[in-house]
Amino acid sequence: MSDDFSAQIRKEREKREKLKANINQENQSNFVSLSAGVAFDKDIYDTADKFTDYVPELELEGENNNFSISNQTKKTKLTQDDVQKLISEAKQELADENIDPFKVDGAPSKVISERENEYQARRRNRILSPERIDAFKTPDSSQGKDKPLKKKRWDVVPEEDIKTVALNKASHMIADNLGLSLSSSDIESDATRVEIKPKKRNRWDQTPLLVVSEDDIAATPQHLSSSANFEETPKRTRSRWDETPVITHSDAMFTETPIGNLGMATPMISHSALASNDSAIYMDQDVGPRNRFMTDEELDQILPNEGYEILVEPTGYMPIRTPARKLMATPTPMVGVDGFAFQEEDRHQDYGVTKEIPGVGALPFFKQDDIQFFGKLLDGQDEESLESEEIKDRTIKKLLLKIKNGAPQLRKSAMRDITENARTYGAGALFNNILPLLMAPSLDDQERHLLVKVIDRVLYRLGDLVRPYTHKILVVIGPLLIDEDYYARVEGREIMSNLSKAAGLATMIAAMRPDIDHIDEYVRNTTARAFSVVASTLGIPALLPFLKAVCKSKKSWQARHTGIKIIQQIAILLGCAILPHLKHLVECISHGLEDEQQKVRTITALALAALAEGAAPYGIESFDLVLKPLWIGITMYRGKGLAAFLKAIGFIISLMDAEYANYYTREVMVILIREFQSPDEEMKKIVLKVVKQCAATNGVSSDYINDEILPEFFKHFWIRRMALDKRNYSQVVETTVELANKVGVGAIMSKIVNGLKDESEPFRKMVMETLEEIVSNLGSADIDSRLEEQLMDGVLYAFQEQQGEDQLILNGFGTIINSLGVRAKPYLQQITSALLWRLNNQNARTRQQAADLVVKVALVMKVCGEFELMANIGVTLYEYLGEEYPEVLGSILGGLKAIVNVIGMTDMNPPIKDLLPRLTPILKNRHEKVQENCIDLVGRIADRGAEYVSAREWMRICFELLELLKAHKKAIRRAAVNTFGYIAKAIGPQDVLATLLNNLKVQERQNRVCTTVAIAIVAESCAPYTVLPALMNEYRVPELNVQNGVLKSLSFLFEYIGDMGKDYINAVTPLLEDALIDRDLVHRQQAASTIKHMALGVVGAGCEVQILHLLNYLLPNILETSPHLIVAVLEAIEACRMVLGSGVILKYCLQGLFHPAKRIREVYWRIYNMMYVGNQDALVPFYFSVEDDEKNYYQRCELDYIL
Amino acid sequence: MDKFGMNNQTDHNFSKYVGTGNPDTTKHEWMNNQLRDTYAYLIANDSLTTYIALAEGESISRVRFNCLEKMIFPCGPSPDKNPEE
Repeated sequence: MSDDFSAQIRKEREKREKLKANINQENQSNFVSLSAGVAFDKDIYDTADKFTDYVPELELEGENNNFSISNQTKKTKLTQDDVQKLISEAKQELADENIDPFKVDGAPSKVISERENEYQARRRNRILSPERIDAFKTPDSSQGKDKPLKKKRWDVVPEEDIKTVALNKASHMIADNLGLSLSSSDIESDATRVEIKPKKRNRWDQTPLLVVSEDDIAATPQHLSSSANFEETPKRTRSRWDETPVITHSDAMFTETPIGNLGMATPMISHSALASNDSAIYMDQDVGPRNRFMTDEELDQILPNEGYEILVEPTGYMPIRTPARKLMATPTPMVGVDGFAFQEEDRHQDYGVTKEIPGVGALPFFKQDDIQFFGKLLDGQDEESLESEEIKDRTIKKLLLKIKNGAPQLRKSAMRDITENARTYGAGALFNNILPLLMAPSLDDQERHLLVKVIDRVLYRLGDLVRPYTHKILVVIGPLLIDEDYYARVEGREIMSNLSKAAGLATMIAAMRPDIDHIDEYVRNTTARAFSVVASTLGIPALLPFLKAVCKSKKSWQARHTGIKIIQQIAILLGCAILPHLKHLVECISHGLEDEQQKVRTITALALAALAEGAAPYGIESFDLVLKPLWIGITMYRGKGLAAFLKAIGFIISLMDAEYANYYTREVMVILIREFQSPDEEMKKIVLKVVKQCAATNGVSSDYINDEILPEFFKHFWIRRMALDKRNYSQVVETTVELANKVGVGAIMSKIVNGLKDESEPFRKMVMETLEEIVSNLGSADIDSRLEEQLMDGVLYAFQEQQGEDQLILNGFGTIINSLGVRAKPYLQQITSALLWRLNNQNARTRQQAADLVVKVALVMKVCGEFELMANIGVTLYEYLGEEYPEVLGSILGGLKAIVNVIGMTDMNPPIKDLLPRLTPILKNRHEKVQENCIDLVGRIADRGAEYVSAREWMRICFELLELLKAHKKAIRRAAVNTFGYIAKAIGPQDVLATLLNNLKVQERQNRVCTTVAIAIVAESCAPYTVLPALMNEYRVPELNVQNGVLKSLSFLFEYIGDMGKDYINAVTPLLEDALIDRDLVHRQQAASTIKHMALGVVGAGCEVQILHLLNYLLPNILETSPHLIVAVLEAIEACRMVLGSGVILKYCLQGLFHPAKRIREVYWRIYNMMYVGNQDALVPFYFSVEDDEKNYYQRCELDYIL
Repeated sequence: MDKFGMNNQTDHNFSKYVGTGNPDTTKHEWMNNQLRDTYAYLIANDSLTTYIALAEGESISRVRFNCLEKMIFPCGPSPDKNPEE
């Protein structure tokens, strides 16, 4: 095949040699530079021929080549034959070795461009300056000159492109599949394949591939224009001047100019930062003498005169001008002037030392690519010698650099600066710096987030000044709307919405209108999404007239397609908020169902589906208009079009009332059943979904489903292949469950129950999951004895044969057997023996599953009265407590717990007094699962059967429990703390309390906190008077931790005992007094929180005197500034208010509300406000009376009335 | 800076309620609120309205009306304001 191509290529080159025209200049003029000026969207309402500067065809090459730098060498121009290919492959391997060895394997790259898929990477093909500008500026005679030249340019089809296109064709199928999976959520993915029409515009920066004019066909390989290629996704070619030319050692060596000039601009990535003086630096720093291009004189010197010929550079040649790409480019293997030299070491590596940028300060990092944008700041020019514009530009750059690379503090101040001065800097200077940065290939998530934030802030400030930049911002922000990262999408939406608020509807429409029928599907896609955000921001009604016009556009189907897609996106974005406008929206797109373009019909159906989904369960009347075309459509179309129509019908049927739903279901079911056998995955999913939706409506009878749907359904979907794909699998399960809801358990179960004994594990799982859901929804009453036998047989088989790690089979087993209840009795013997056998299995996994199953069946065993079997299992589990795998041990403990729970402590076999001593050492196990299950079991025994074990054993367990308080998992700590309570109740609090109080002396905070909680729980379960004396005695220990621990225990204690607290207030008051006048802040904080809990417990219990007394101790603390303390104190005052009433607190407040010192007033007003918000009414009687003065009267004489 | 600790936004929340104060609240503002609160309280409680009506010898509706009227400028014009304005 490749021989064939290279022949064509050779032919091609000959042709090209003949056609050396002065096209270069022409190309030059077509570039729109970003810095050249502001791009006003002036041509919006001008329908003059704005397509003149587009090359009127599409190219087919995969555009991912275009900018993927790392692949640079891979796609070198293959000029000759396979040998050349081998050479380049070798180079590719070399390049691969340069991959960063420190890069974490497998983890997604932080750099956005590296993990983008091919479709998302298309964003970089977009140009910041709207290309249509030129068309507007030169609508006159120059066009005439342009055209023939351009045509010639198309004639010169670069050989590389031909080759890649040919290769592309070979991998057509693969690429196609890829395309599908890329946007598989959207069955409209074929819309990515734009059909090529001969008379279509193209972009100047793309290399045309298809030849338009007939006379050129000879020059282009015939197969390129074959229909297969027309369906190819229009991907962007990497145009030949983006390529790094590799010098090959063939005779064609110098047909191409070696690595090109520097410092020239490419419109893709901003070159503005790399002005002339930067490029000088760049030359010095990064190119080095070895890679510097040679002058003609130098070449003359080193090359012999004979045998060489000086050729004119190729017609399409354009040097690389993106420095970023140059940096990464493979060094040309060309001998430099100096002859051989060791490769210069890169002295500019920073070795982790932060780099100082003049005027910016130290930065945590400065990436190689940053030079491109911020190189200007490094040139060391004196700012005073520059013009004001230049200074402004540099200031913005500095700020952006600080924001992008700076430490948080630096970043914040820079962000504030740029926001506050946004209007001074001006929209132009700002966006011309920010937007190219956002398009940089090396951008990572954090940087993007920061820059997007800058845009957001700046937008607010600039207001309508952003208008001229609307389109540029859209180009940059649009891709965020289809980012896979949710937060990026949200960010994008927010910017978009702020932009539309700032720029206004007219500007937004004006900016995006030209993109609506853009040739590139990617552009249209982002545009549609952007419009949907605009609609949600400015309201659907505002956009509706425009949408109507677009959806009915006669100019191009792309416009209609995009218009309808906008409505689809609006429905997705707004959900039920579309309801008020539903009728209009449907009217807007209804005609699209009969469009002559299949893609338009498809998207219309999808948009209708989205609208119906958003509107559910209302709004059926709005869809009346489209019912007929939809139903006609499903009889007419096949394939993707049909799938979309069916999807729409499915969603609309769910809105209908019973009668209509029944009728339409019957109509559509014929088609659905026909499509059951479709091999298309997408179609399968949609068919399943529609069947589910139809079955869910009221109007469909179970007889109908039984007779018409079920036989075909099971034939086509309950097959092993469906279980292999996760999405199909869940769809089948959902649909079957929905059908079962209509036809009952028996009908479905009898059909699939045999699948439990299928040889394919995924299929068994699919059956099990379905059965589990059906049984848990509908119960098992419908299952007859024969089916029951089959079911249990299958379930047991599936359980024994399971290989996987997941809980699915186990849960299914549990659900089914519990649902059967007493009917499960005949099978329990069998289950038990399987269980016991498997507990003895060599495989740890099997043992674990068996132990887990015990948990599931324990309850049923009790229901069936099989105590003997249970005791049997209990003993076996007990014997296996020596298990070494922690996961298995955890499960065994869980099983034991389940059995103990069911049997009860007295009947437990093995007896509790044997079981518990075996558990004590297990508490030492560090594995969380073991700890949790063990502590649960121990707690259970302590709660219910503490008397079976000696007090000494319980104390031993207490010491073990202290260790568990260190656990990371909260559930474990909580279980341990509760167990203290149970044990204390069983053996009396004294010993436990002593242990706990001792534990207050430990250093670790978490341990102490848990201990205080445990003390409080012990006090709660054994009555506070058993604990308080010892606890208060402990306060006398002159140690901060202990005293604080005591206070904290008191705080928890009063929280737990609630209104019992009133009996203990007098007892603890002296202690609290002491704590509240302690120097230590924490003492006072804990005392305050104790008072809070105490006061809240005794509201209305007649303890006002004591609380008032404590309040007097509390009040001086209100002037504290420590955050924890002041919060605790204010809360305590609030709690005191509950007891004492607002009047008392108001009186306390009065002394400070008008204090001369503001800081004192502040806190008093805060207390006043707390009170006011909490209970304003209660204040009215307590406001003191104020005398009138000469101007105002303050008396409230109504309150003085006495009858 | 963060004088009242982590819950500093409570100040902000309080300021949403009419009638709460801050360190710069003047006597006049505070009394205004107090009087309004009082009248609102009188109107809202039927028994109090009846009691006042009895004491004043007015009808209940008149008492309500009077209270409402008084809530407009409960204690006269602000002392800071120039009489000319």
